Amino acid sequence: MNFLIMQTFYGVSYAALLFLLASGLSLIFGVMRIVNLAHGSYYLLAGYVAYTTIKVTQNFFMGILVGVAAIALVGIFMERVFLRKVSGYNLGQVLVTVGFALIFQDLALLIWGGDPFTIEAPKLFSGSLVLGRIYFPKYRVFMIVVAVIVGTGLWLFERKTKAGAIIRAAVDNVEMARGMGINAPMVSMGVYALGAGVAGIAGVVGGGFLSIYPGLDFEILPYAFVVVILGGRGSLEGAMLGSLIVGLVDNFGKSLFPELSYFTVFAPMVVMLAVRPMGLFGKS
Amino acid sequence: MSKRWSNTLFVFGAFIFFLAVPWLALGIVGSTYITQLLVQAMFFGIVALSLNLLLGYLGLPSLGHAAYMGIGAYTVAICITKFHMGIVPACLMAMLVAASAAALFGLVALRAKEVYFLMITLALGMLVWGLAYRWVSMTSGDNGISLVSRPQIGPFPLDNINNYYYFAFAVFCLCFYILYRIKISPFGHSLVGIKESESRMRTLGYNCWVHKYICFIIAGFFSGVAGILFIFYNLFISPSTLELITNLEALLMVSLGGPGTVAGPFIGAIFIVFLKDFVSIYTERWLIILGSMYILIMLYAPNGLMEAFKIVRNFFFRKFFSKE
Repeated sequence: MNFLIMQTFYGVSYAALLFLLASGLSLIFGVMRIVNLAHGSYYLLAGYVAYTTIKVTQNFFMGILVGVAAIALVGIFMERVFLRKVSGYNLGQVLVTVGFALIFQDLALLIWGGDPFTIEAPKLFSGSLVLGRIYFPKYRVFMIVVAVIVGTGLWLFERKTKAGAIIRAAVDNVEMARGMGINAPMVSMGVYALGAGVAGIAGVVGGGFLSIYPGLDFEILPYAFVVVILGGRGSLEGAMLGSLIVGLVDNFGKSLFPELSYFTVFAPMVVMLAVRPMGLFGKS
Repeated sequence: MSKRWSNTLFVFGAFIFFLAVPWLALGIVGSTYITQLLVQAMFFGIVALSLNLLLGYLGLPSLGHAAYMGIGAYTVAICITKFHMGIVPACLMAMLVAASAAALFGLVALRAKEVYFLMITLALGMLVWGLAYRWVSMTSGDNGISLVSRPQIGPFPLDNINNYYYFAFAVFCLCFYILYRIKISPFGHSLVGIKESESRMRTLGYNCWVHKYICFIIAGFFSGVAGILFIFYNLFISPSTLELITNLEALLMVSLGGPGTVAGPFIGAIFIVFLKDFVSIYTERWLIILGSMYILIMLYAPNGLMEAFKIVRNFFFRKFFSKE
C-alpha cells in the first residue's frame, strides 16, 4: 500500500513537471501549427540561466524570474525573425526549430560545459513532509503546487480574459479570426512567448529535481510530444490529463520494468493513436 | 534525347570515378582517408536514399529514420556477440528485424499526417534510443557493443579498407539500383500520386494506406541494410549513434540533396559526411553548423542543392553535347 501511495505521488509530481513543459508546447502547436522541436531546449536553457542567476544572486525566485524572462525573449526573437519567414510551410517551420535546438544545445555546452548541475532549492523546500509513515519530499510537493498555480493561471487567462478568447478563436480557426480583425501575427508572437516562458518555468523547477545536463533537451522532448498527442492539440485540459497519464505510466514503468522504462511511456501514445488520433480533447 | 544521353554519361562517369577512388586517394593524397569517408557516405547515403522514399515520394518527413540503421547494426552486433551466430545469418537477421520494426512502427506512425508524423517518428526514434540505452542485458547500455574484426569474403579480407570500400560500393550500387527501379515503377508513381493528392488516388481505387505502409517497410529495410555496413565499418555501436542528431543528419542529407530526386540524397550524404569531418578539424562546434545549415536551407533553398546542380548541369550539357 505504501509503495502504491508513494509511487503515485512520485508519478503525479513528475506529471506536474511534464504539464509545465507540455502545456506550452500544446499552446504553440494549437495556435501556430508549429511543432516546436526547440521546446526541450527552452527547458534546458531556462535551467542553465536560472542556475547561474541563483549562483550570483542566491535567490531561487530571482532564478525563476530571470530564467523565464530570458526564454520568453529567445522565443520572441525566434518567432519574429525566423519562423515568420516560413509561415504556412509546416515542414520548414519545424526544421527551423530543429536548427535552433541544435544551436542552443551546442551553445549551452560551450557556455556551461558538460557537467550536470542541480539547481539548489531554497531551504524551505528541502526535507520531507511526514504523513503517517510515509515521507513526501517537499520539493515534489512544491512542483505540484507550481503546476497547479500555472495551470489555473493559464485556464483563467484562456477562459476569462479577452486575450484568452482571442487565443481560443485562433486555435479554432485562424483565418476566421483574422477576418474578424484579430491581429494574428501579434497573437502568434504572444502565444509563442507564453509557451516558451511556461517551458522556462518547467526548466527552472525541473532543474532542482532532475539535474540539468547536455542532451536532456532531446531526452525530455518526446515526453512532451506524447503528452500533446494524448491530450490533443491546443487543449489545456488535454495537456493536464495527458501529463498525468504519462507521469504515472513512466513512474510505475520505471519501478516495475526498469530496463524497458523509456519504452513503457510510449504505450499509451500507441493506444491513443489507434483509438482516437486527434487525442483526448483534440478537435479533428 | 540529349537529356537522356547526358544522364547516362553522367552515371557512367560517376561509376568509373567511384571505382577509381581508392587508387586516386592513394596516388594523389597518399592515404586511405578519403576512401574511409566515402564508405561512411555510402551507408549514410543508403539511409538518405531510403528516407527519400518517404520524404521525397510520399512527402512524409520522418525524424526517426536512422533508427532502423541503428536497429540493423545492433541486431548484427547482438547476434554475433550474444548468440554466436555466423556473419551471414546475423546480416539476414538484421534486415529482418529492421523491416519488422518498420512494419510495427509503420502501423502507429502512418495513422498520422504531416507534423504529427514528424512528432511520432521522432518519438519512435527516441524509443529505439531508450531501448538501446536502458535494455542493458541485451545492448550493454551506454558501453555499446564492439565486434572483433570484419568478415572475409572469399580471398578478400574486409579489414583492408580498400576491399571494404568495394564491398560497400557494391552494396550501395545494388540498393541504389533497386530504389531507382522502385521510383520508376508503377508503385513509385502511385506514391508520388498519393503525395500530390491522396483523396484523388483513393477515388481512382488505390489503397493509399497499403502503398504507404509497404513504402515505410521498404524504407526501414534499406536503412537496416545500411546498418550492416555501418557496424562492420565501425565495429562498434552504442546508443550515441541512435541519438536524435543522426536522424536529423539523415533528414538534412535528403533536404540538402533535394527530396524526390534520384541521386540527390546521396550527394547530400557525401556533402554532410565530408563537411562534418572538415569542420571537426577546426572546431568541435559541429552542431552549431548543422543547426545553421538547417535554418539556412529551410529559409533559402527548400528544394535542396540538387536543384542548383541540375541547372548547372543542364547548362553545361546543352552547351557541349546538344545537337539542337
